Amino acid sequence: MDYSAKIARNVASIPRSGIRDFFELVQGREGIISLGVGEPDFVTPWHIREAAIYSLERGQTTYTSNLGLLSLRKAISRYVGEFFEVQYDAPTEVLVTVGVSEAIDLALRALLNPGDEVIFHEPCYVSYSPSIVMAYGSAVSVETSKEDAFSLKPEKLAEAITPRSRVLMLNFPTNPTGACATLEDLQGIADLAIKHDLIVLTDEIYSELRYDGEKHVSIASLPGMKERTILLHGFSKAFAMTGFRLGYACAPQPIIEAMMKIHQYSMLCAPIMSQNAALEALENGAPAVAKMRESYHQRRDFLVKRLNEMGLSCHTPGGAFYVFPDIRGTGLSSKEFAMRLLEAEGVAAVPGSAFGASGEGFLRCCYATGIDDLRVAMDKMERFLGTI
Amino acid sequence: MSQLLQLLRRKARISNHELADLLSMTEGEIAEKIRVWESEGTILGYHAVIDPESAGDTSVSAFIEVKVTPERGGGFDRLAMRIARFDQVVSCYLASGGYDLMVVVEGGDLREVARFVSERLSTLEGVLSTATHFRLKTYKENGFLFDHDSATERLAVSP
Repeated sequence: MDYSAKIARNVASIPRSGIRDFFELVQGREGIISLGVGEPDFVTPWHIREAAIYSLERGQTTYTSNLGLLSLRKAISRYVGEFFEVQYDAPTEVLVTVGVSEAIDLALRALLNPGDEVIFHEPCYVSYSPSIVMAYGSAVSVETSKEDAFSLKPEKLAEAITPRSRVLMLNFPTNPTGACATLEDLQGIADLAIKHDLIVLTDEIYSELRYDGEKHVSIASLPGMKERTILLHGFSKAFAMTGFRLGYACAPQPIIEAMMKIHQYSMLCAPIMSQNAALEALENGAPAVAKMRESYHQRRDFLVKRLNEMGLSCHTPGGAFYVFPDIRGTGLSSKEFAMRLLEAEGVAAVPGSAFGASGEGFLRCCYATGIDDLRVAMDKMERFLGTI
Repeated sequence: MSQLLQLLRRKARISNHELADLLSMTEGEIAEKIRVWESEGTILGYHAVIDPESAGDTSVSAFIEVKVTPERGGGFDRLAMRIARFDQVVSCYLASGGYDLMVVVEGGDLREVARFVSERLSTLEGVLSTATHFRLKTYKENGFLFDHDSATERLAVSP
């Protein structure tokens, strides 16, 4: 059978993920030191795992409300109110999802009519453009640059706005660059969103992982923005709960209602064990988060120092757990660099081009890996640089 | 507690080189800080946390609840230190609750520990009573789980 004729055109149009290509190369190889992961190296704190086990012991294995357990939504509302300084009504303005990934999909499908334009800043998380395409939207990327520390400049955003622009997607701190937006830039972006009547879809999954004592500011907290913002957050990164697959969306009631319509027919609800674990995380997880943040901070400083010393310049990322060194001086493409580094030294790092065209010439190195491995990886990378 | 002390407490064998990397300090600064702590007694010593079963160690240890009479002026300190100085005593704590001192004693075999308790510990002046609990199995010690087969595997590359 000619399956190519059976696959929907918009799905067929999505290129293979660059990450998946690279994953297949690395898979099965022994003794690899990987800087290619996108998740914490900590196991979920025990008290959170224990809460999940306890919920199973009590026989809590049912569906929950489509929106999620009310107790969890109340805890989310409290946490978001304190951490992001935006107040959401727990019964009507919070939706618990299967990770932020699902929330992105729901939001885009709830908002877009075919051909509507969605603007996002690049390099960015691998799912943004495909999710827009799958929601029949038109993906419009705005390239960010090393000179701007990969933050989105309002002037650049303004150039991308057209009468068809409907949604602006933001992700600060950013995967893969660790970029954070300054308050001034965030205000400029907010002004543009208001002026052009855009809905802002802001993925703030790394917001607890800010360093140097900087406080995270959400665009949702700026004046006039709550009514046009969908704030997405979850438990994967700060609480080291990637496998629990749990996130949430906070937004005005009509938007949550529209997202919930899709969620109830596709997912029904997020798993109850994960929801119970998340409740424990919000109530008692702060000390563990602080400990992990401190550990990431130490490793970030080490990696940034070593990379700059060996001539791969990189800005000091303000958040997340990635550094994004510039490898253009080597004359290799980021894919060539990553392949040859893997072949020669057994060190895996993801080519920047996997995160969009503007990631070309860079490499994503994740520092959520033990310091011993990080040092060996840096020594090997330095040796590799000497051979090219 | 300083970050440096926390790291050392978790892994005393960590090299100064590694500490310097983690804390953005020089190796010289690290060495100096450690030297001062060692000399002023902030750092008293270092030891390995060993699983006796893996190591083939057949010695026994016991947790002993000791009730004592506090002394005028010195409270529990003088007697507690007298007990703590015995080589057989691995740890000695003053505790709140139904007894006064929690003493951890190690010996080559059951009889050796029993003899220490009956002949040395309980005969000390001021010791009113003892209750000995032999250790049967260790699950966690000094922050380390005695669990050899719980490793999680992350994907080598993920988005």
